[in-house]
Amino acid sequence: MSALLSAEKVSKFYGARAGCRDVSFELWPGEVLAIVGESGSGKTTMLRCLSGHLPASSGKVRYTTRDGRGVALDEMSEAERRMLMRTDWGFVHQDARDGLRMGVSAGANVGERMMAVGERHYGRIRATASDWLKRVEIPEDRIDDSPWSYSGGMRQRLQIARNLVTAPRLVFMDEPTGGLDVSVQARLLDLIRGLVKRLDLAAIVVTHDLAVARLLSSRMMVMQQGQVIEQGLTDQILEDPQAPYTQLLVSSVLQV
Amino acid sequence: MGAVLKIENLSKSFLLHQQAGARIPLFEGLSAEVAAGEAVAVTGPSGRGKSSLLKLVYGTYRANSGAIRVLSGSAWTDVVTALPRDVIALRRDVIGYVTQFLRVIPRVPAEMVVAEPMIDRGAAPEAALARARMLLDRLNIPKRLWHLSPMTFSGGEQQRVNIARGFAAHFPILLLDEPTASLDTENRNRVLELIAEARGAGSAILAVFHDETERHRACARSIRLD
Repeated sequence: MSALLSAEKVSKFYGARAGCRDVSFELWPGEVLAIVGESGSGKTTMLRCLSGHLPASSGKVRYTTRDGRGVALDEMSEAERRMLMRTDWGFVHQDARDGLRMGVSAGANVGERMMAVGERHYGRIRATASDWLKRVEIPEDRIDDSPWSYSGGMRQRLQIARNLVTAPRLVFMDEPTGGLDVSVQARLLDLIRGLVKRLDLAAIVVTHDLAVARLLSSRMMVMQQGQVIEQGLTDQILEDPQAPYTQLLVSSVLQV
Repeated sequence: MGAVLKIENLSKSFLLHQQAGARIPLFEGLSAEVAAGEAVAVTGPSGRGKSSLLKLVYGTYRANSGAIRVLSGSAWTDVVTALPRDVIALRRDVIGYVTQFLRVIPRVPAEMVVAEPMIDRGAAPEAALARARMLLDRLNIPKRLWHLSPMTFSGGEQQRVNIARGFAAHFPILLLDEPTASLDTENRNRVLELIAEARGAGSAILAVFHDETERHRACARSIRLD
């Protein structure tokens, strides 16, 4: 067995300023890794480099495909990379409008991903789309509505359905519960946790919310000023933080 | 029976950067062994690291030096240096940990909370749920609550759900942190029965008990921290 995704000294520079610097780790099948840190710490830059949305300035991101081949993201053609993003990967954006096609119906948003991997049978597409809306707790009679008519929480769930319908192996999530009401957040988190467990997905979740990280992830990486300052098991980082910044971060959480 | 847990020369202290770099030493050069089918109590005054020792064995706390060797199948793994995914595998198959505190996940029913460790190991959901219900029943959780999330349960009920979860799957090594604290006599006895059964099934047990009588009922010897 080999790691699903590995990063070796990945850096991204914007001019002289480092977005992220020398990030190395391995992600194995079924693992959920949370990347935490304050805003501006390089979490999202890191996520975009890992998911091929942004070319790294240096370092390597490698991925093991379903047939066991190891590929380096920067050595793949644009077409290969796009195919990978459509089949094996999902990307859940913080703002659902970035991840959905707002101009087409909810059902079409899910169906489109299926068509992108070659499904052509209308009946099957519709049935699967409707099944997935049910799994993310969207009422079936909303299938033909535009995402514009959906609430923030529903849009986020729709985005998740659109990503998971093609049974990806790895999902990237950028603040998946950011900007949602606390009550809506809890439902979404529970849903994501259940799906990740049941589908044996690997996921990389960027969040600034330690409670979100605790609930979803088994491992955690703490970033500050573009660098990983500490990584380990989620309960290790939260209960026995070593780095001064991590201790500050953990002790700053308000108790309710 | 042979040792399945070997603690060798273990040292742990906490360095608090936010509090002027204060260092809180817990212990230094601690060594101990626990054999299969043996229950060992961790004793000592409050604040000397009894619970911390369990957390070190579970991998939640990181040791400064030393080794915590755990027998997994026929191979030994050192928790102190193991990779995160190896620790995760140990927690699924080898080391169980029971505290008084249940980490409630919204919307997951009590019986599922208990069945999960078995399902994670590949047990059939129906068989896992059947054992989960049996355990909930033994710990006097009323049947009408089994389908509900423990979110709204009383403190005592949550504690018993967590104990049922801890004993649901068989673990070769079981860490118990005051499992009977704040339970009534009836439930306390039930928990002591479960501990005896786990021992009978070959679990090596490392336990912290506040109550001396219970400690003597459950454990044959002890490790003293002071």
